[in-house]
Amino acid sequence: MTILRNTLYVTTPDAYLRLEGETVCVMIEDEKRLQVPLHHLSAFVLFDHVMLSPALLGRCAQDGRSVVWLNRSGKFSARLEGPVSGNILLRQAQFRAAEDGAQTLSIARAVLAGKLRNSRQVLMRGARETDDAGDKEVLVRTAKLIGNQVRKLPLAGDLDTLRGLEGDSARLYFESLPRVMKPQARADFPFDNRNRRPPRDRFNALISFLYALVLSDCRAALETVGLDPQLGFLHAVRPGRPALALDLLEEFRAPVADRLALTLINRGQLSAGDFDEREGGAVLLNDKGRKTVIAAYQTRKQEEITHPVLKQSVPVGLLPHGQARLLARYLRQDVAHYVPYLHR
Amino acid sequence: MLILVSYDVSTETSEGRRRLRRVAKVCLNYGQRVQKSVFECKVNLAQMETLKAELLDIIDEAEDSLRFYRITEPLSKNLMEFGKFKAVDFEDTLIV
Repeated sequence: MTILRNTLYVTTPDAYLRLEGETVCVMIEDEKRLQVPLHHLSAFVLFDHVMLSPALLGRCAQDGRSVVWLNRSGKFSARLEGPVSGNILLRQAQFRAAEDGAQTLSIARAVLAGKLRNSRQVLMRGARETDDAGDKEVLVRTAKLIGNQVRKLPLAGDLDTLRGLEGDSARLYFESLPRVMKPQARADFPFDNRNRRPPRDRFNALISFLYALVLSDCRAALETVGLDPQLGFLHAVRPGRPALALDLLEEFRAPVADRLALTLINRGQLSAGDFDEREGGAVLLNDKGRKTVIAAYQTRKQEEITHPVLKQSVPVGLLPHGQARLLARYLRQDVAHYVPYLHR
Repeated sequence: MLILVSYDVSTETSEGRRRLRRVAKVCLNYGQRVQKSVFECKVNLAQMETLKAELLDIIDEAEDSLRFYRITEPLSKNLMEFGKFKAVDFEDTLIV
C-alpha cells in the first residue's frame, strides 16, 4: 500500500530550496526557515519564483519526487522530469487502448459517469443541508436532471455525444451550485456560470485554483503508476496538454475541489478580502487566501474515507493514486471495466 | 512512529567534536533538533534501524552514549511541549 507522504508548498517569492544531507532546507533571504527530511516528502509545489539548487533538482529527478511550479493563480508553468521511467509495457497498453475506439469510449464513459454522479452527490448534499425550500427544490430537480444524463451515457455511441452530455450537465450543475452556498455568503461570492482564463469572479478564481492543485496531484499519481499523463481518452491529445491527468481530474472536481470550496465559503474561512481584482476584470486569490486554501486542501487530503471499490480506508490524497492503479489494471486487461471513483 | 534520539558525545578531543557534529548531521536527516542533543524523528521501523546503524558507526561506545526512546501514540497525550521552541510536525501542512 502506498503511503501518503507530505507535499511541501512554497508560496514565498524568491525562496531558495537546497539539499542538505538527506533534508531540504527552505532558505528565505539567507535564513533557514524550514528543514525537512526528504523521507517525509513526495512532492514540491512551488509558486512563482522559487529556486531549487542543482543538487536538490538532481535528487528529486532521481527519486521521482514530483516538482511542479505554478504561477500565482495556480496555473501550471513547469515541472521537473527525470529520466523516462516507469513501465513501458503499461504505456504500450495505454497507447493501444487509445487507438482502439471501443476502449477509448469505455474509459471516457466511465470517467464521465463518475464525474456526473459525483456532481449530483454535491447537489444532493446541498439539498439535504439547506433550510430554504426553494433552494432545496432546485437542487433536487437539477440532481435528477443530471441523473437522467448519467443514464444516457451508455447509449452515447461516440465521444462527441459524450462530450455533449457532459457540457449540458456541467451547465446545469454550475447554474444550481450557488444554492449550496449559505445565503449570507452569496453576496461575497456572486457566481452564475463557470469562467476561466482568467476567472472573473471569486468563486471561479477559487475553484480554478483548487482544480490546478488537484490536477497536479492527478498528474503525479499517473506518473507514479507509470502511465503517460499526456495520452488521454476523454480529452483529446494536444501538445503539452496533460490529457489523461485531465481525464482523471474529472472524477474529483466536484467531491474534492468544489466541495472544499463550498465548505471554505460556508464556514467563513474565506471572504472577499482573500481575493484581489486585476485590471480587465480578472479575479485572483491573494497571498493570504492562497495559504488558507492550500492549508485546507492539505488537511482534506489527510482525511480518511472508505474507498467504495477497494473497500479499505484511504486518505483523500491517495484517491487519484488509487484510480490511476484501477486504470492501469483495466489497461492491462486484468479487469473488464474501469470503475470511476464514486463519492458517497 | 515518533522516536526520540538523545546522545552525549565526548568533546574532549577534536575527534570527539567531529563525532558530535556527524551525529547531529545524521539525526537531522531523519528528524528535527528539539534540544541541543535531542532529536525527534518520525520514522518507520526500517528507517529507525538505518538511523541506529548509521549512528553506531559514528559514535565511540567507550566514550559516548546514545539513547533511543519510542513514544507511543497518541502523541497528543504522550507529548507535552512548553517554552519558546515549537517543533514542526512534518506530517502536517507544510507551507512556507
